[in-house]
Amino acid sequence: MRTIRAVAFKEIQIYFSSPVAYIVALIFMALSGFFFVRDLGNPFPEASLSNFFQGATFLLIPLAPALTMRLLAEEQKLGTIELLLTSPVRDWEVILGKYLASFVFLLFLLFLTSYYVILLVVFAKPDPGPIYSGYIGLILYGMAALSVGILTSTLTSNQIIAAVVGTGILVVLYATSFIGDVVTGVWATVFNQLGFTSHFNDFDRGIIDSTHIVYFVTVTALFLFLSIRALESRRWR
Amino acid sequence: MAVDAENQADLELDPATEEADVDAMIEVRDLTHYYGPMPAVENVNFTVRRGEILGFLGPNGAGKTTTMRILTGFMPPTRGTVTLDGFDVVEKSLEVRKRVGYLPESVPLHTEMTVTSYLKYMGTLRGMNGRNIRRRIDDVIDVCRLEDYSKTLIGKLSKGFRQRVGIAQAILHEPEVLVLDEPTIGIDPIQVVETRSLIQDLGREQTVVLSSHILPEVSMICERVLIIHEGHIVAADTPNNLAQHLRGVAQLEVEIGGPPADVLPVLRGIEGTTEVTHHPRPGVNAYRVKFREGLDLRDDISRTVVSNGWSLLSMQMSSMSLEEIFLRVTTAEDDVE
Repeated sequence: MRTIRAVAFKEIQIYFSSPVAYIVALIFMALSGFFFVRDLGNPFPEASLSNFFQGATFLLIPLAPALTMRLLAEEQKLGTIELLLTSPVRDWEVILGKYLASFVFLLFLLFLTSYYVILLVVFAKPDPGPIYSGYIGLILYGMAALSVGILTSTLTSNQIIAAVVGTGILVVLYATSFIGDVVTGVWATVFNQLGFTSHFNDFDRGIIDSTHIVYFVTVTALFLFLSIRALESRRWR
Repeated sequence: MAVDAENQADLELDPATEEADVDAMIEVRDLTHYYGPMPAVENVNFTVRRGEILGFLGPNGAGKTTTMRILTGFMPPTRGTVTLDGFDVVEKSLEVRKRVGYLPESVPLHTEMTVTSYLKYMGTLRGMNGRNIRRRIDDVIDVCRLEDYSKTLIGKLSKGFRQRVGIAQAILHEPEVLVLDEPTIGIDPIQVVETRSLIQDLGREQTVVLSSHILPEVSMICERVLIIHEGHIVAADTPNNLAQHLRGVAQLEVEIGGPPADVLPVLRGIEGTTEVTHHPRPGVNAYRVKFREGLDLRDDISRTVVSNGWSLLSMQMSSMSLEEIFLRVTTAEDDVE
């Protein structure tokens, strides 16, 4: 536990002292702000964060891998992984520590967006239910997206490759639901159940369904498990 | 491998006496590691006693780093076993890693951290508690003379100071075994001298394994030296014995047609020979003639053989002698200093 905390704490420190994380935060705030105000100019706008939530899931596709790309790829590039893996630290502790750091930064990003909530509450009377459920959904969605980024960062010593491949996997997971909308029969269900979007949309509507929670938690666990195995296999290569 | 089996056997310590050594800190048995189809090290055997300073000497690519990476539990061997303080490096990797401090050759450090925060991080990874970490950071900063740089970003330090930080993190948790891969490479001569004396100090209490391709360095610091070449240990001895062994002798392989009982005393009678041994092979009588360095006995031997009415079938200098390895190792020093 202490080692997980040590790994996570070190990475969080580096997040807040490196420009990459701030650039990611800036892009996220600027673009999610655009999504937030998009419909507010219309006559009779709805006082909801739905546009922001939908936009944020889209933004996290490139931004989550950008946050995680450094975490293991750089250790492999610099060779510091040699000292990390010769310390009495288990492989899963390394992965979990790194993952936790990126998750904390994600929470920081979402905390910044509480500014939108404040605006809504001050100027309108939004329905609080979908706001709570939307944030819960966004956190779960982000957890899954970050775990994908952790895997690709474990597999390569090149940060750019880690980010690009991570984004690619997330695009596939994001778009699978749209394939589900096009095809019919059993395949429609299969594609819909596999993709991120259909599982996220209920949260946006104010529904907290345990199937969706199980889905995102399972995806996260799967990718973290694969990352641990990938790190282990590094020793044998 | 050019050094013949017999020669190698003389030089290695007798495995039987090593087995009985209760004071063994590291035991390496039949260690083999492949990168793809190529063996980086093959059938390496050695023992490091508790409190000993052992040096790996060999040219680049000899297998020093591979051996050290296996010792520290960074990667498992393809074949063979390595135990450290009785713990197998594969089966009980975590126990091994608790007991080892390691300085990899490239001195990989987190450049975006300050010296103190980096040491604190490494201390926590090694399972030290907060008070212990603070006490030891003060100690190692003092020992490695980093006082003026404790708040400096590692990325801003020169190569020599990074090396010190590398050593500081290796000794931070007071490990029983210290593994240092080329600890003096790429730093200036004054720092080299400081680093060497630091390692000697550390070696008073800890078991130290270090690698180098500089012969004088190893003979200065180490109590025992393994010369490793192309993945094999070609010699293992104290620096003094090794130097004597290397300096004193040269050797020839000679095949002579004639009765061995007559040939041997005649060969031994030739001025300058130190040792003549008979190695009968089917149909041939081969002799190994050792003689003092600086002499060339080929002329004398051929004349003597012919004048006795025997036939000289072949004669050659030993193809890859220790001298040549020694020479390779020592010439490499000029590139560095």
